Amino acid sequence: MEPIREIHSRTVVLPFTNIDTDQIIPARFLRTTARDGLGRQLFADWRYGADGSIKPEFALNRAEAAGCAVLVAGRNFGCGSSREHAPWALLDYGFRAVISTEIADIFRSNSLKNGLLPIEVDEPTGRWLLEHPGAEVAIDLDTTTLRLPDGRAVRFPIEGFARYCLLNGVDELGFLLARQAEIAAYEQGAAP
Amino acid sequence: MFQKIWEQHEVVAETPDTPAVLYVDRHLIHEVTSPQAFTVLRERGLAMRRPERTLATIDHSSPTRSDQIFGGVPIAIESAALQIAQLQRNCADFGVELLDLKSDQRGIVHIIGPEFGFTQPGQTIVCGDSHTSTHGAFGALAFGIGTTEVGHVLATQCLLQRRPRTFAITVDGALAAGVTAKDLILSIIGEIGIGGGTGYVLEYRGTVMRSLSMEERMTVCNMSIEAGARAGMIAPDETTYRYLKSRPRSPQGAAWERALSRWRCLPSDTDAAFDRELRLDGGKLEPMITYGTNPGMVIAVSGTIPERRNDPVFDKALAYMGLTAGAPIGGQPVNVVFIGSCTNGRLSDLRSAAQLLRGHKIARGVRALVVPGSQQVKKAAEAEGLDRIFIDAGAEWRESGCSMCIGMNGDTVGSGQYSISTSNRNFEGRQGPGARTLLASPLTAAASAVRGRVTDPRDFLNG
Ligand code: SF4
Repeated sequence: MEPIREIHSRTVVLPFTNIDTDQIIPARFLRTTARDGLGRQLFADWRYGADGSIKPEFALNRAEAAGCAVLVAGRNFGCGSSREHAPWALLDYGFRAVISTEIADIFRSNSLKNGLLPIEVDEPTGRWLLEHPGAEVAIDLDTTTLRLPDGRAVRFPIEGFARYCLLNGVDELGFLLARQAEIAAYEQGAAP
Repeated sequence: MFQKIWEQHEVVAETPDTPAVLYVDRHLIHEVTSPQAFTVLRERGLAMRRPERTLATIDHSSPTRSDQIFGGVPIAIESAALQIAQLQRNCADFGVELLDLKSDQRGIVHIIGPEFGFTQPGQTIVCGDSHTSTHGAFGALAFGIGTTEVGHVLATQCLLQRRPRTFAITVDGALAAGVTAKDLILSIIGEIGIGGGTGYVLEYRGTVMRSLSMEERMTVCNMSIEAGARAGMIAPDETTYRYLKSRPRSPQGAAWERALSRWRCLPSDTDAAFDRELRLDGGKLEPMITYGTNPGMVIAVSGTIPERRNDPVFDKALAYMGLTAGAPIGGQPVNVVFIGSCTNGRLSDLRSAAQLLRGHKIARGVRALVVPGSQQVKKAAEAEGLDRIFIDAGAEWRESGCSMCIGMNGDTVGSGQYSISTSNRNFEGRQGPGARTLLASPLTAAASAVRGRVTDPRDFLNG
């Protein structure tokens, strides 16, 4: 994976709480054995009408959303299923980070493994971001800070090992494979 | 209990800098979330570390029409057929046991694991599926993982994990007639909210939980993820051991006795400390139903939809559902009734729906689909004549699979239609684009099927 350090982008805002993985990518698009090209189906039922037409009022379809790499959403983003197709679709579309006051567990873990930054912020910061679509933000993974256009810098939590892997382009599978001796020893001793 | 299982499975303990390397005893896979993981193995030239610890089945994309499974009729959806073929190839290439399309052991992954005796107390069990929490009903630590992690397990039989916090949910008293395990878990989700369990492992305790059968306990643990918790657990007891005895993969003979003495050590001490606790009075619970677009938007079947409260998300949900704030949910017409899924697709669920339907007809214009959770459930139900009750009432009786819970196989609800469903998610479009899902118990679904409207099942029980 490519190392990630900084992201500078305007935001796109979806001002809803509990955006679930069935919205991020509806199940009928999961009948695939690949992981590429899912960006077209990101938020499919919100972006397109039943006849495939584009819904102009939806945030991602507005001209100003083009090129934005940071998605801001309400509390509990990514709840629901464990489908990794959700972060794959967001990344394929062009997002590099998601900001919310709360991010669901499995979605967060899946995101970190694919280089999509799940950023949890406090309530006032979350509210400010929801109220200011298009805000120019800067995310620094090294210092774990999110900088808002007015200069405010907000720290965000991120699991230390995942951060290390993202900053250095380290792949977790490689890390686990390097533990084979310990795993073998464990299997000798336990594992009924 | 959670701590004991966690510590027994730490290959390398966690440190401030690194998560624990956690050993996985049992791994379940299905066709939707595994193909990209096998691709990674192939790309990197890796073998599976312990293929005998993984069990595969086909459930999400599989047809429920007998002719497409047994009759040589091609699977209607080409992408589904390709996904199934890919799983068959992956299992053959890597040496994984597959309960294949025609196997009489096939079924929804969370139904066949326990049924097969693959699921056992004290184990770590994972699957690329969020409802893996179901297996926690046996006192196992079971949770859903993503596809990258599926690859980690295939290659190393381990995962990198941070230890979650613990949340005890104690329900004492006794459930009233007509109130089921589904109503119990919907009430709990309504209480703590759909993000209320995020970061926690839930442990369900109390006299109500003790009195539940294994199938009912699975219904409860299944929906832990609907409260945001990756895992939910219930300590094993005699009910658990009785269920497990003589399952195909349960330990036999002396190994059974050894396993039993291990399992008996699992339950937490009565004064074990939890990071968070909640107590509920089971006697006060009622049949529940959802009215919105997530499982936390739930009320009593006899209740009214909450009033508007200057919340655009609430308004959006009601607009999608086409329901009115402040109105009673009882009497709302329904178009489709779905009985099945990993939440309520077991034999006891079908029995309870059939018991209510016996001697009744499904209301005119209502489509009812009954999909057993596994081929074993189907066989057992047919042996009891439940299929006849459903068919005589006017319902469709299908082969097992996820079916209309997720609609991936083409079993979907039409746009704008109301579906009363025994599944676990009422998200927008979950059962098909524009579908409006009301989650409820098999009893409530059956009662509503007869009347063609949302109906409190107690109307039938009281005469
Ligand atoms: S029945 Fe529904 S929730 Fe359960 S595994 Fe299948 S799709 Fe997922």
